[in-house]
Amino acid sequence: MNNNPNNIPGIGERRPFSLRFFFMRWEWILVVLVIIVIIINSNISPYFFKVTNLFDMTFNFMELGIVVLIMTFVIIIGQIDLSVGSNMALSSVVMGISYQTGLNIWIAMLLGLATGTLGGFFNGIIITRVKIHSIMVTLATYSLFRGIAYVLLEDRVVTGFPPKFLYIGQGYIGNSPVPVELVIFVVLAILFGLILHKSTFGRYMYAIGNNELASRYSGVPVDRITVTIYTGSGFMSALAGVLFTSRISVTRPNIAESFLFEVITIVLLGGVSIYGGEGSIIGVVLSLFLIGMTRRGLTLVNTPSETMSVVIGCILIIAILIPKVLRRIIRE
Amino acid sequence: MENTVIKDQRKSIFKIILGRREIALVVFIAILIVVISLRSPYFFNLNNFRDILLDSSILMIIAIGQMMVMITRGIDLSVASTLAFSGMAVGLIVSHNWGIHPILAILMGMGVGLVLGSFTGFLVSKAKIPPIIATIATMTIYRGATYMISGGAWVDASEMPDSFKHISRGTILGIPNLIFTVIVVSLIFYYFLGHIRTGREIYAFGSNPDAARFVGIGVEKINFIVYMLSGVLCGLAGVLWVSRYASAQSNSASGFELLTVAACVIGGVSMFGGSGSVPGVLLGSLMLGIVTNALNLIRVSPFWKLAIQGLIILIAVVADTIISRRFAKVLPKGGS
Repeated sequence: MNNNPNNIPGIGERRPFSLRFFFMRWEWILVVLVIIVIIINSNISPYFFKVTNLFDMTFNFMELGIVVLIMTFVIIIGQIDLSVGSNMALSSVVMGISYQTGLNIWIAMLLGLATGTLGGFFNGIIITRVKIHSIMVTLATYSLFRGIAYVLLEDRVVTGFPPKFLYIGQGYIGNSPVPVELVIFVVLAILFGLILHKSTFGRYMYAIGNNELASRYSGVPVDRITVTIYTGSGFMSALAGVLFTSRISVTRPNIAESFLFEVITIVLLGGVSIYGGEGSIIGVVLSLFLIGMTRRGLTLVNTPSETMSVVIGCILIIAILIPKVLRRIIRE
Repeated sequence: MENTVIKDQRKSIFKIILGRREIALVVFIAILIVVISLRSPYFFNLNNFRDILLDSSILMIIAIGQMMVMITRGIDLSVASTLAFSGMAVGLIVSHNWGIHPILAILMGMGVGLVLGSFTGFLVSKAKIPPIIATIATMTIYRGATYMISGGAWVDASEMPDSFKHISRGTILGIPNLIFTVIVVSLIFYYFLGHIRTGREIYAFGSNPDAARFVGIGVEKINFIVYMLSGVLCGLAGVLWVSRYASAQSNSASGFELLTVAACVIGGVSMFGGSGSVPGVLLGSLMLGIVTNALNLIRVSPFWKLAIQGLIILIAVVADTIISRRFAKVLPKGGS
């Protein structure tokens, strides 16, 4: 068991580099799985493994990826945000309505982003000030945010956005096959990776996730970090909502309904512990591509979306079970 | 000395009224009824009250299951999908075999619910997956499976025998079947939770899982049983739902899981486990039923429903936390 303290690296101390530990990381399993999916998909369709297809494929899961990045932070500090999909819908609808009333599209976009950020901030404040568990608060706002979107837009849709706005979600960088959305995601992923793995803020997040009470006593500003992350979650959801609207060039209150579930699946499959305090951005990005490509493969063989959700639900369960089983085997 | 005694007595009255969630709820519901009656002339009559009860009966049945799960510090987000799947399964079977006895149809629904609930229970108790994640997964899987078995099609009224549709429309001893079912289910679970050993163990486990383990309560068993029972109740509710609306749809009751959580929170089920009562949950569901009914009568646009629902949960949770914290200050310290 864990009686021997010499095996456990202390705080601030790194585990000595060893090849065995390096290759036992969860990320390698994901790499192998990604390769397997690429091979299977290439066998299903000869067009899969072409540069243009590989780039175009990313259109389908970049918004998902943007929310996944922030959800990683939320889960690492031991919380959860169930309101992300609803927040996306609300921000997108606010943007759509502002544009419809004649505002400049960029101002409308800023209004949308501000709405989402405010929603996230609201979640954070209630969780930290009233001290209610995040499941309850975000379950309430999950229905509240989408509810407000329905109140605002009812069963109408907003469309007819100008081409310069649609460019962010549909366009490519210059003449290259690289989508703008992919670039936005890569920049954000690098930024989030740096924050998580290279900054004090990131170390604080792991500390909170491992032991909130101890972090509080050690002077970690737990509440401030929690509010910051939830505000960030609101902003990132809003950003995803804006990009989604730009990509499908329409907004309505029921967009992104199954989003939450896929985001959580990707984050957990990426090796982030649901109990907090564990996880990496690389794992989550790999997991994003794994799920994205699996979906692409299922689409290639004409799988209906309902069957797809059953498959992804099973993946979610397996993603949590595998580390548990592995840990048990290693211990024995 | 005398002063302190009087003070203590006053505190205890205060404690009785605010401490008993059921009494506070009854008072609140009475106020609600008066206010709504002033706004709408159609509200205050016996027929409307009967409709409110009928409309909230399915919610009441599922909320009792949700309550047991929440007592163990869990949450079951798969209830609506379980309802839809059992309803669809029974709907399909009945549409192909018109001769099936209604009682058998109900039992089949409960059986399907039992299987689905047991799977969720297995994930939570044996595989030790946190309830919120396990039930988000089963919520999606069961909903997807409902589409798969039905091929996305409906089972509509013309495909169901009258005997089946009669399940939710008939009466027993002059009481509509739906309300009768709620009464029976409530009595069973009131007795189960209050007087049966396993029922008491559910509370013990919820208030302090570690202590429960030390006194020898089968923790895994309890954790499994609550999800299984929740599944059975959802199965029952599924049959009632399909019979009442005379149609089985793949998207039946989507979003219903939030309402059950709301009914529980309003009814005084603590989010931190260990507390909650059948009468409280019944009153919580009734309150939601009254609000929904009133919104229709006052002609509030249906698009407001979701937002109001979210707002109610938020207010209930915040008020609940603040009131109980005030209490912790007023009452002498004991426990955490």
